[in-house]
Amino acid sequence: MPKVTVDGQEIEVPAGATVLQACELAGKEIPRFCYHERLSIAGNCRMCLVEVKPGPPKPQASCALPAADGQEIRTDSPMVKKAREGVMEFLLINHPLDCPICDQGGECDLQDQAVAYGRGGSRFDENKRAVTEKYMGPLIKTIMTRCIHCTRCVRFSEEIAGVDEIGALYRGEDMQITTYLEQAAAHELSANVIDLCPVGALTSRPYAFEARPWELKKTLSIDVSDAVGANITLHSKGREVMRALPRINDDVNEEWLSDKGRYQVDGLTKRRLDRVWVRRDGKLQPAEWTEAFGMIAGALEGDKGSIAAVAGDLLDAETMFAAKALVNACGSNLTEARQTGMTYDVSKLAAVNFNSTFAGIETADAILIIGSNVRWDAALLNVRLRKAVKAGAKVYIIGPEWDPTYPATFLGSDLKILNRIPKELGDVMKSAQRPAVILGAAGLAKGVLAATLKLVDKFGLVRDGWNGFNVLHISAARMASLMLDFTAPGGMGEIAAASPKVLLSLGADEMDYGAFGSSLKVYIGHHGDKGAHHADIILPGASYAEKDGTYVNTEGRVQFAEKAVFAPGDAREDWTILRALADALGVTVGFDSFAALQAKMIAAVPALGEEGLADYGALPKPDSGAKFEGEIAGYPIKDFYLTNPIARASEVMQRCSDELLHGADVKEAAE
Amino acid sequence: MLSDKDRIFTNVYGFQDWGLKAAQARGDWDDTKALLARGPDAIVEEMKASGLRGRGGAGFPTGLKWSFMPKESRDGRPSFLVINADESEPGSCKDREILRHDPHKLVEGALVAGFAMRARAAYIYVRGEYIREAEVLQAAIHQAYEAGLIGKNACGSGYDFDVFMHRGAGAYICGEETAMIESLEGKKGQPRLKPPFPAGAGLYGCPTTVNNVESIAVAPTILRRGAAWFSSFGRENNKGTKLFQISGHVEKPCVVEESMSISFEELIEKHCGGIRGGWGNLLAVIPGGSSVPLVPAAQIRNAPMDFDGLKELGSGLGTAAVIVMDKSTDIVRAISRLSYFYKHESCGQCTPCREGTGWMWRMMERLRTGDAAIEEIDMLHEVTKQVEGHTICALGDAAAWPIQGLIRHFRPELERRINEHNAQFAEAAE
Repeated sequence: MPKVTVDGQEIEVPAGATVLQACELAGKEIPRFCYHERLSIAGNCRMCLVEVKPGPPKPQASCALPAADGQEIRTDSPMVKKAREGVMEFLLINHPLDCPICDQGGECDLQDQAVAYGRGGSRFDENKRAVTEKYMGPLIKTIMTRCIHCTRCVRFSEEIAGVDEIGALYRGEDMQITTYLEQAAAHELSANVIDLCPVGALTSRPYAFEARPWELKKTLSIDVSDAVGANITLHSKGREVMRALPRINDDVNEEWLSDKGRYQVDGLTKRRLDRVWVRRDGKLQPAEWTEAFGMIAGALEGDKGSIAAVAGDLLDAETMFAAKALVNACGSNLTEARQTGMTYDVSKLAAVNFNSTFAGIETADAILIIGSNVRWDAALLNVRLRKAVKAGAKVYIIGPEWDPTYPATFLGSDLKILNRIPKELGDVMKSAQRPAVILGAAGLAKGVLAATLKLVDKFGLVRDGWNGFNVLHISAARMASLMLDFTAPGGMGEIAAASPKVLLSLGADEMDYGAFGSSLKVYIGHHGDKGAHHADIILPGASYAEKDGTYVNTEGRVQFAEKAVFAPGDAREDWTILRALADALGVTVGFDSFAALQAKMIAAVPALGEEGLADYGALPKPDSGAKFEGEIAGYPIKDFYLTNPIARASEVMQRCSDELLHGADVKEAAE
Repeated sequence: MLSDKDRIFTNVYGFQDWGLKAAQARGDWDDTKALLARGPDAIVEEMKASGLRGRGGAGFPTGLKWSFMPKESRDGRPSFLVINADESEPGSCKDREILRHDPHKLVEGALVAGFAMRARAAYIYVRGEYIREAEVLQAAIHQAYEAGLIGKNACGSGYDFDVFMHRGAGAYICGEETAMIESLEGKKGQPRLKPPFPAGAGLYGCPTTVNNVESIAVAPTILRRGAAWFSSFGRENNKGTKLFQISGHVEKPCVVEESMSISFEELIEKHCGGIRGGWGNLLAVIPGGSSVPLVPAAQIRNAPMDFDGLKELGSGLGTAAVIVMDKSTDIVRAISRLSYFYKHESCGQCTPCREGTGWMWRMMERLRTGDAAIEEIDMLHEVTKQVEGHTICALGDAAAWPIQGLIRHFRPELERRINEHNAQFAEAAE
């Protein structure tokens, strides 16, 4: 542990720390542009210069200099002040200083640091440089004249996303940051460069000129576009969510967010169900709440127990608990959340959980992925796998080929290969210190959960301080629904076989409504998607941004999201609809407020009351008779950008899908 | 004056054939096996004793540099020797003569130096514009391979050593050692941060030493003739012989091997036929290639041409590319042209150099015509100080120094131009 002196204050810093980190430990602010904790060190902005003794008699870039014992570091000397002023002046001479029309205004590192460390005026009397704009796709807007060449975006693409898409052309003052052949940046994390850009060179295209950061209300929320449960902040103005930004959580999303989680929010204002509809004469027509409730009560007349509830992928735990309470109060126990018809065993939740945790999987040294296109199923998990591979892990994948961005061996899509483990795979897994298996949604759908559990003993996946058995879900509501026991052993088949008189569909848009021809289909949801088309009655509900709620990600991590805005029109928070419906049906559910509902839910499932990883106990004993069968013909996600009703309603996601996945012409040109 | 028997580069003018036979007749490849038999440590010690300082410009002791290389590989990484033949400094043209007229000196030097630092291979990075030179060098490497001088069991010494020629694409910055390593790896030629230094992690992350062509090419001769012979030339700490390249306003510009510390006057009078128009016509000299500050006529005449002597004058020996300017020179325009060169060659990686070189050049252009204010001279000086010492590599310093030299020695000239220019408009302003 080297001891250094920062401005006369002696501190001990961890071995391997840089001078910049040492200064931060001492409580000194070091201005920087190119340095970023999660990226490699470039040392090119030269803003972090400090004076270090012993060393050459010139300022040193603190981000790249290792802290060594006995160093005397000064961050407040005249030399440092002059160096910072000099670098800041250089950064600004060719910067357009168009802050009033720049979207970065108010959250711009250059602006802030120019105020704090600049000299207050320019001596530059020549013409400024102008740079042509580069097309980087439907999400990233470029004004490259503002670029200060910190190369954070280049390093992010190369190192984190693993896609060599952004680079620098030309040299000297003509250097330009661009995408290869000016193609759109087409990976799932592309928009993170917008957050990384310290100036207004890369800004958000959909959010362009929409709002200033100081007029936005920030609400802590959880991303529901996949089962990762990325921590986000929803920025809203009035009744509209303007944008979603990632929050730092090293256990979950570090500080990244998938493009879908970030940009589906414009779907929150489109295709919304904002009033009650009932089907009369084969057509959906506007109606009143009382009329809709009356119809439901009428359908259940005399056979109250003939009611079932199906939960969609975006639901919070509270809504599911309220629905379950209502269905149970009616005397039924027909509830199911696995709307696509999967029937895996959920008696032991450890067997359907991502036990390694996202942070833990980084340390795995051998990984077998069964039936998951991780880039699309959980883009942020792929970042972790990439880190593991960089640290030396070997990855094997069973399923149709996709581009993992790191070296991986595809073992074909036939699952039967795992009944007799190929030698290479067996050797690697058995000799690994921290072997891991990830069973994806495509594997779950093939019913190989039981067979995969057999691998636990075969590969020694569970050891001291390590559990390498992982199931990767793709639905944000999945783990909460399993914890609430919102499932039927026979899955959707069992629900359909019971042919309930009333089917409550809670935002279930991926299920097969054809099996419920004789049921009165009540859709409680927020978007006019597939579920609404099939519904007989539509009761407008609230999206994740419009209600408080508890979510559990695929690791079993319980997280709370807060309400950012009010639902539009007549739409209500889902639990109030279910509570009112209980009155109409003449049953009691035992809660009258959200707090009471939450308390009741926590009483029933205490783990849901505590933020953090839920404890699911040990893995069950495998069924020795289970065998791998079938072939993974494809992955459940066919279009990354259009996996849920909000994304499908989003113009931005539509455009991403058209342009980035289906090669449609750039729309800009047509305008 | 250096006598002919003490010259290392005996075919620097190309009067003889460059091929293997002729080179061997000149003494190259003469029992190289015996040189290698002395062992790496003895070779490094001999080089240290010779006092050879790097000929690429910085003047770092060559033997000391070699000794930084690991004696044995602990983790299986091989070591590499990279030879810098990316001679792009305006004024420099010595490596070119070695490449095209005496390539075997370089190839043999590569083997000896590579053996001394326990390198697996040498990469010779040749400037992109040196097309014929690269062809000759490649042919010489072929000849050496065919004669069994390099490759497997080089010279019968039992040591395996490969030599590769790599052509650059014409970027000055690739002459910076870490940028050269980046370029060799196939990346954009941009200098790396130091530390780690190349001797720890260089080419492909392996221990690497980057040496100038001349430093490597003189090594076999030093070993043959002994460190004492080499160190008998020049002043203390500035030993040996050196290729001087004199260009500009002398009667006969030339490349000539001379002993270090020769006085400027002797160098010019003996080899270049004197200054054009006589010594009274001399204005200033840039003694070490474009990146060192100029020295005015009064100070340079008796100065010893070596690292320390020129440093005392506030300049440097650099690559010993002596640019002589007589009084017909528009000195401001000359320095402005150099500023344009650095603006054009800045890699653009770090801020002060990327933005500063352009700014300095534009100001120099205005000073050339006098379209400026007197205060702007001080401002320009301050800008050069903001670039100097704040960058990743030395290109920022190289861009700043010529301007600093100009302001230091020719400030009256700058002020005269400004006053004359502004006087034209004085009336209009009133």
